[in-house]
Amino acid sequence: MPKDDIVVEVKNLQMRYGNNTVLDGVDFAIKKGEILVLLGPNGAGKTTTIEVLEGFRGRSGGKVKVLGVDPDVGDEEWRSRIGVVLQSWRDHSKWEVRALLNHLGKYYVAYSTAQRKRPFDADELLDKVGLTAHAGKKIGQLSGGQRRRLDVAIGLVGNPELLFLDEPTVGFDPKARREFHDIIHKLSDLEDTTILLTTHDLDEAEKLSDRIIILAGGKIVANGSADALAREVAGKTEVIWIQNGKRHVHSTADAAGYTRKLLTQYESGISNLEIHPASLEDTYMAVVQKHEEPTTPKEEK
Amino acid sequence: MNRTLNTLQLGIERGWMEFKLVLKDPQSIVWIVIMFGIFLTVLWFQRGTEINGISLALLTLPSLLGMQIASSGFNDVASVLAADREDGTLFRAKATPRGMSAYFIARIVVILLTSIVYLTIILIPSLLIVPGLSETISVGDFFTLAWLLMLGLLATAPFGAIIGSIVKSSGAGWGLTLLPLIVLTAISGIFYPITALAGWVQAIAQVFPVYWLGLGVRSAFNPEVAAAFELTGSWRTAETVLVLLAWAIVGLLIVPKVLRKMARHTSGSEMQAARERMIQRGY
Repeated sequence: MPKDDIVVEVKNLQMRYGNNTVLDGVDFAIKKGEILVLLGPNGAGKTTTIEVLEGFRGRSGGKVKVLGVDPDVGDEEWRSRIGVVLQSWRDHSKWEVRALLNHLGKYYVAYSTAQRKRPFDADELLDKVGLTAHAGKKIGQLSGGQRRRLDVAIGLVGNPELLFLDEPTVGFDPKARREFHDIIHKLSDLEDTTILLTTHDLDEAEKLSDRIIILAGGKIVANGSADALAREVAGKTEVIWIQNGKRHVHSTADAAGYTRKLLTQYESGISNLEIHPASLEDTYMAVVQKHEEPTTPKEEK
Repeated sequence: MNRTLNTLQLGIERGWMEFKLVLKDPQSIVWIVIMFGIFLTVLWFQRGTEINGISLALLTLPSLLGMQIASSGFNDVASVLAADREDGTLFRAKATPRGMSAYFIARIVVILLTSIVYLTIILIPSLLIVPGLSETISVGDFFTLAWLLMLGLLATAPFGAIIGSIVKSSGAGWGLTLLPLIVLTAISGIFYPITALAGWVQAIAQVFPVYWLGLGVRSAFNPEVAAAFELTGSWRTAETVLVLLAWAIVGLLIVPKVLRKMARHTSGSEMQAARERMIQRGY
């Protein structure tokens, strides 16, 4: 693929604190416009990886390029092309919602280009994240979910080429979560924004991702689309049906073949036929378990 | 647009918005009412007592103004910086292009504006309460107060920023600066004449800015004869400038290094850790 199509490039990323190895040779790349989801158990190094890419944390070794620049030496110009949404903001609680978004947007005016207008209009953005009704409220008075949506709006205000989201939907109710997913899809479709997000929600990962990377014990243990990962690891599909009032479950690698045989064998009497391919959850469990067991003695963080 | 100028503009805008929030914040209003209520009560009770024909309140008022300058520079800067580190305001600034520069410009704007407001809040009622003040006050006095304010903030704010950069919590930022200020206020002739204290205590007091700020503002608002009550019987203006300048230079030499280190260590996980400490403390 062409060089300028790669937004993030990580080669042999290492991170150690004393004797504790947090990241041990992580390699991956993110293409322009791609939504990459980083999965992994707590302490797997997700947040560390994101912070290295954001330029907020020095690394112990390896080569990292974000938008063509080493984050360690990224300047303000570079910073202006990146959006950051963190796990837990609770800053500016006395500011009004619109006032803060407006103010923060102004920092990006100087970096506006013909190809990429900066910043987004504050009111449009508030509308996009569903906060128009709360625009005049103090930020400290927002609910948890509203606060997170404001965080996302702030991450977006500079119309970033690359957006980092660290567990963006923690504390969201199902409706807020659905709305948030819509925003992410819109962004990556319309604005050509590349997105890297971490989550613990496998359903969310499946819905949002173009590609998933699973980190465990400081290493990448799986890398591919949600479908590909599910096929690769679990492999077996469950066929469930009801025959003469009795429920049957059969596990097979060839669901289509088995189902065809089943339906030709019995002309009638089969109902409620369901086919369940291996889920991302199955894959995740299998992969993470396999890579957690050999690590003796168990390390914290 | 020139980016440096633009950053300055953003910092001033930020400072102005923060300043308005300080004035609207119920918590800070309660604090202002209590603090300045105490100051004015002290002046009220002192107004009838005279020393060599000068009202005691007229001697205390400038000392209070001097102490207030030190408090604005040292305590306010430390507690705001510590709080902004803890709640992620500073990290937000770091995640924004030129956000850190604008943040520090905003700090200067806020500290300047709030200290002017505080001095005004003490001064205006004092014109009514303090005998002899309205008769002797002149434009020149305010000029003296203005340069003392500038020099006093320069001498104290860097140290406030250093404390605010190294403490682990906003509460510690507040406590660690309040205690030294109370001690220095007690020995610097703010409420109690320094000439009545032991020689070694006087010596310690004269090392720190609080004494010199009190002395400096007294030189502005007190009649010339009151200089006789001072340690050497004079206002020692040259010494005042030199001591404050020395503190300012030392502070300004150290503070960029400390701030840079603090900024480098500002990260999301740092913030998360601060948040967890806060949850554990329960406030």
